[in-house]
Amino acid sequence: MMLWITIKVALRSLWANRMRSILAMLGIIIGVGAVIFVLSLVAAAKADMMGRITAMGTNLLVVSPGQRGTGGVMSGTQQNLTADDAEALLAKIPQIRDLAPVVRGNVQAKRLAKNSRTSLMGTTVTYFPIRSFEVEKGRLFNDADCDAMSRVAVIGATTATNLFGTEEPCNQVIKLNSINFRVIGVLKSKGDQGWFNPDDQVLVPYTVAMKQIVGVDHLNEIDIRANNEADLDTIMDRATKLLRKRHHLQEDQDNDFSIRNQAEMLKTADSMNQVLALLAGGIASISLLVGGIGIMNIMLVTVTERTREIGVRKAIGAKNGDILRQFLIEAVVMSGSGGAIGVLSGFVLAAILSRVTSLQASVSLFSVALGLGFSMGVGVFFGFYPASRAARLDPIEALRYE
Amino acid sequence: MIHAQDLVKAYELGGQTVRALDGVSVDIAAGEMIAIRGPSGSGKTTLMNILGCLDRADAGSYTLAGEDVARLSGDRLAEIRNRYIGFVFQTFNLLPRMTALENVELPLLYAGKHREARQAAIKAMETVALTDRMHHQPNQLSGGQRQRVSIARAIVTNPAILLADEPTGALDSRTGTEIMQLFKHLNADGRTIIVVTHDPTVARHCQREIYLRDGRVAQPSATEALQEVAP
Ligand SMILES: Nc1ncnc2c1ncn2[C@@H]1O[C@H](COP(=O)(O)OP(=O)(O)O)[C@@H](O)[C@H]1O
Ligand SMILES: [Mg+2]
Repeated sequence: MMLWITIKVALRSLWANRMRSILAMLGIIIGVGAVIFVLSLVAAAKADMMGRITAMGTNLLVVSPGQRGTGGVMSGTQQNLTADDAEALLAKIPQIRDLAPVVRGNVQAKRLAKNSRTSLMGTTVTYFPIRSFEVEKGRLFNDADCDAMSRVAVIGATTATNLFGTEEPCNQVIKLNSINFRVIGVLKSKGDQGWFNPDDQVLVPYTVAMKQIVGVDHLNEIDIRANNEADLDTIMDRATKLLRKRHHLQEDQDNDFSIRNQAEMLKTADSMNQVLALLAGGIASISLLVGGIGIMNIMLVTVTERTREIGVRKAIGAKNGDILRQFLIEAVVMSGSGGAIGVLSGFVLAAILSRVTSLQASVSLFSVALGLGFSMGVGVFFGFYPASRAARLDPIEALRYE
Repeated sequence: MIHAQDLVKAYELGGQTVRALDGVSVDIAAGEMIAIRGPSGSGKTTLMNILGCLDRADAGSYTLAGEDVARLSGDRLAEIRNRYIGFVFQTFNLLPRMTALENVELPLLYAGKHREARQAAIKAMETVALTDRMHHQPNQLSGGQRQRVSIARAIVTNPAILLADEPTGALDSRTGTEIMQLFKHLNADGRTIIVVTHDPTVARHCQREIYLRDGRVAQPSATEALQEVAP
């Protein structure tokens, strides 16, 4: 009853001083809005990344060169993974179904006046099924193309549009870093995936990529597909032994390469998300702190403005605790309203995000509860000092206040 | 009912000590309607605040209904004010953004009597004849109506004593007279009423008066004296 009328009156005075209230609540609104939005963003990015990693297939292992450097100081990537390593792995480990060597780079792709900076992928025909790419038009390059170092290219759907518009790309010639390549196929679109767009790339035989475009003799990655999931551990074991031997590593030396399976990639993705969430938490705490100070400031003003009212309330029987409670409730009503507006803006931002990107951002009940809970906690915490000042006012002094 | 002896209250003002009350003794019996009169600055409000348990005297003794209130804690005094005393102020002091009825309910809510609050508040509004304005906010009411609401708020807990500080000071004389008539009705019901005023015409509505000058009880001079004291 008392609580109810206090809330009612607090809401009425919030409304009566709309502009001031909004300004006071701004920090809370931004803080809570940011929490809601970023949490939904993180969840969406996580779901998306999981989806992508899972879509790669469960039987996948990725061999990468190790980090160079000693004593924890990383100074770039080793250049020790070779096409021979890849061949040896395939030849010696029967559990491997197939594998694809990968060389990466960036190229300037050119066709007539059209120009596009895009990523280059040098690999073999096995790469496509391992990474579940399908051909939309034309054909993929094959082992013969690799052996013969044919200058043929398979391009992503976006690259095709960038270079050819609505024209037919197959059997046309494009220049990759000024070297002529014949386009033999276009891939089916997979959809933009945030920081990497699989539809915007040019794939060529790895032999050509190494010798003629990137100019290296090492690989960036070897993608291995197992016959079945149960073989992954065996492959990992045997591949490690084989590569150590091939790289002439002593007993006491660490691996100069790494082999990761899907579970580990999921873990990496998850830790990236945790960093994001922590960052969001940091931003949110700062805005909630600023918001709390805003609330405290306006509550101090309110207490001063309403000194006389406090005197009257005490005259008619309010105890110190009653006054304390009243102003605490008002602070919580204010910060809670700010929190509610913040939640709404978080919803709107998440909806906009889902509309303009491929991410499916949705706001979880947990983050709403978190946002509201925190904003109300901020009200209690930062409202306490003004409220206790109000409670301690001397009734006579308060009644005499002009 | 009220027994105060040698009350002293002093204020420091710019290095000077102002003795707002300088040894005031008052005895007020239950059921009296009494005026505390005197020129501005004579200590009337200070006395009323002490009698109303809003303030404590520096020296002297004060017993209210047999209880020595000099040494009570702030919260205990709040309880006494809530239960035994109703205040009526010159400037009404109604709380904004609350309807008349909500204002009147408030003392009962502070008393923890949530269930009776609504009914008692309506009854108090009936007593001051303002039931048609119950759901208006103070700024939608005239001065006289506001003072009626504040009287309703003062009587809603059914206190023994009503303390009014210049209750007609902000009203025109006709409305002021109506308010004094209302006090007389309440007094006829047995309530003790203390009206603080500088105005002889207001004091004339009371049964007797205590005259203050410079913080002491005094005799009014010939020009200050009431022409006739109402019986
Ligand atoms: N809180 C205070 N601080 C300083 N002086 C005060 C205070 N309250 C009252 N006084 C002084 O005490 C004297 C009596 O004041 P008051 O009781 O308000 O007089 P009245 O109500 O008769 O006009 C005045 O001189 C006034 O200035
Ligand atoms: Mg006065």
